[in-house]
Amino acid sequence: MSDVVLHGGLILLILSLAVMTVVTRDTFAAITAFVVYGMLLGLAWVALGSIDVALTEAALGSGITGALLLRAAVCLRDKEAAAEVRRPGRAAHRVSGLVCAAIAAGLAAMVLMLPDPAPSLAPAVMESLPATQVKNPVTGVLLAFRAWDTFLETVVLVLALVAVWGMTPDALWGGRPGELRQHAHDGPLVFLARVLPPVGVMLGIYLFWIGADEPGGKFQGGTILAAMWMLTLLAGLTDAPPVSRRWLRAAMVAGPATFLLAGLSGVVFASGLFAYPPGFAKPVILLIEAASTVSIGVTLCLLAIGPPSRPANR
Amino acid sequence: MNPVKLASLTTGQHGGGGLLVLCVLVPVAALLAIVLAGGRHGRAVTLAALPPGLLVAGLIATQVWKTGQAMVERVGGWAPPLGLMLRADGLSVLMLATTAILVAAVAFYAPRSFRVAAGGAETRASLVFWVMLMAIWASMNLVFVSSDLFNLYVALELIAFAAIPMVYLEGKKGTLLAGLRYLLYALMGSVLYLLGAALLYGRHGTMDITLLSGMAGMDWAVCLGVGLMTAGLMAKTALFPLHLWLPPAHAGATPAASALLSALVVKGSFFLVLRIWFDLLPPLTGTPGAQLVGALGAAAVLVGGVMAIRQDRLKLLIAYSTVAQIGYLFLIFPLAKGPAVATALSGGMFLAISHAFAKASMFMTAGLIAGAYGHDRIAGLRGVMRSMPVAGCAFLIAAFSLIGVPPTGGFAAKWRLISAAVESSQWGWAAVILCGGLLAGAYMFRAVSVFLTEAETPVADKPAGTRFREWLVLALACVSLWIGLFPEIPARLIEIGRPANGEVLP
Repeated sequence: MSDVVLHGGLILLILSLAVMTVVTRDTFAAITAFVVYGMLLGLAWVALGSIDVALTEAALGSGITGALLLRAAVCLRDKEAAAEVRRPGRAAHRVSGLVCAAIAAGLAAMVLMLPDPAPSLAPAVMESLPATQVKNPVTGVLLAFRAWDTFLETVVLVLALVAVWGMTPDALWGGRPGELRQHAHDGPLVFLARVLPPVGVMLGIYLFWIGADEPGGKFQGGTILAAMWMLTLLAGLTDAPPVSRRWLRAAMVAGPATFLLAGLSGVVFASGLFAYPPGFAKPVILLIEAASTVSIGVTLCLLAIGPPSRPANR
Repeated sequence: MNPVKLASLTTGQHGGGGLLVLCVLVPVAALLAIVLAGGRHGRAVTLAALPPGLLVAGLIATQVWKTGQAMVERVGGWAPPLGLMLRADGLSVLMLATTAILVAAVAFYAPRSFRVAAGGAETRASLVFWVMLMAIWASMNLVFVSSDLFNLYVALELIAFAAIPMVYLEGKKGTLLAGLRYLLYALMGSVLYLLGAALLYGRHGTMDITLLSGMAGMDWAVCLGVGLMTAGLMAKTALFPLHLWLPPAHAGATPAASALLSALVVKGSFFLVLRIWFDLLPPLTGTPGAQLVGALGAAAVLVGGVMAIRQDRLKLLIAYSTVAQIGYLFLIFPLAKGPAVATALSGGMFLAISHAFAKASMFMTAGLIAGAYGHDRIAGLRGVMRSMPVAGCAFLIAAFSLIGVPPTGGFAAKWRLISAAVESSQWGWAAVILCGGLLAGAYMFRAVSVFLTEAETPVADKPAGTRFREWLVLALACVSLWIGLFPEIPARLIEIGRPANGEVLP
């Protein structure tokens, strides 16, 4: 009974926040509603028993996406009034509303019509999991059975950052991304930026470390590291490095490069490319996860603060 | 899926010994090295990666050609449905070889602005160009060898992030807008594709194309899933009416990038449509879906042709020509009917590769011409044939191939497509192909006729390094001629690893 109340309440809250995100006129209020909506969606995943998805939804779907949206809103603030004049008419609103409703209905119908119980690979995963020495099946899938996918996903992140940097004005190449912030000595942001990072960094490392056996992993851990770095940047306690710094580049490619070398070493120490040496699978997986956590943290933070916008010496 | 059935699905094929993984790993290693070392060393790292990359492609091609069978590899030793399988059949080999040659040609063509003098600081273009060149190579190779729908989704993401920065490489305002529009289409395509793939997974519990081909009947989930995936891939391939992003993006990019985008990148998503319709699905020839896709292809041929005639700038003309040529590729779905399946597929593949070489050559030639004349307005390009005879010759050969004049590769392709229309008694599609040829003749004549007229004022000195590049683009154009002169080699390759008519893979 309590479950019904809890789940029903959660569903109502999620729906009302979704409506609020769409209906709210003020951009910043809409983003706030969206971030809360993402957090509640994370709770919904917890209720469904998918802790890994819940953590990812909260960290990426709500956290990093929220930061990106806020940055975009700040950039567009001056032009918003001009765009308001060209607001689409009532008819366009109605049509897009109808299209969205039709898509939602179609998705719902699709999900309801799929076979129940769904065909699942979960038993096969649990059967083969001991060979990988990790206890979290999600990590087993991501770093052993489908390591090839995960490796290529880490490469996608590097490409995304280079693509964002590709929008830099030529004169500013080699400069620092983000706005220069005055170091203020007090204020709530500076206080938070001093107090939170030690805890956040610990939490990020912890999430990566337990990822092998419990819900967690490099993506969730790396996102928290990215958030902590971003917080110190926003408070003006640290400055973003110039994009051509060698250590920065090394941190960007550490994850995929380690993954690639581990994959190659499978030829010598195991049965082939991207196979793990029997008995040493877990240490290799932890090594890849550790390097990836660093790369993900650095890349996500830099993705969120955007291309270089000022010379390196300022 | 029991192990016995799984083994039976992969017998009679040769293991790749890691080659299929390596054909992706070599360019990925190169791009990571460039990010680390900086754009200054981009060209050096790329030139170092070319020999091993070409060698891997060559070894795969030799093994598939010699054994006459597809090559398969399980990454990390895990068999599907749990693990990932890579598979290279004749179609893959043909595309791997085309990609390797074009990437090498673009690397040698790349202008000096992407190189940094010894000791100089890294520039934005030097980093982005070389990283993305290697990324396009890796991601295209992945599309050609992967046989898992989710792994292919990752490949599509890699392609998008590699191709879009190429559009705004020169940093002009208009190109950023073109890149943004490309991004929106590509993202929409990704979402639709992923939705379709998720639907197939929800229905059958696997993403492996070979396994799915054994189970997928034509129920509602499969139809809807394949429909969504096809729609998404159509947006990425720029099939009419989802082609609006292509002309500004391809025409605005720097010539080396335009060549890659127009010749190769759009073929990646097309290849995936081919895999899904010919390998995953049971033969569904002549279904309304195939007719609809074909009708869009026909509209692309006609609209692209007419739009190309109306352009005043050479690069835009070439870009609209790509819109039209993509249309032909989608004609093979209605044409692959009954006895004409093999002929239609072969025609589509001939068109894909001969267009790749001809279009790469043509975009790079246009870059050389624009470099020498300082603009690319067609009316002002008088006397190209006299001042740049080698480049002019390359343009002419490439134009013949795009029109479909014998004995070029374009002719070999259209001949097969028209034969397929005759074999399956669908005369309407043959008329579309002939009309498209006439339109192509018209827009190419517009450009070439200006090239042939005498210039009033002699052209200023050509930029340094133009002579070498002129021979390079001529060589590429000659490959499209070679395909038409010796069609037996690609024709035999296309049949390797194909299921016999109506049979299940492999």
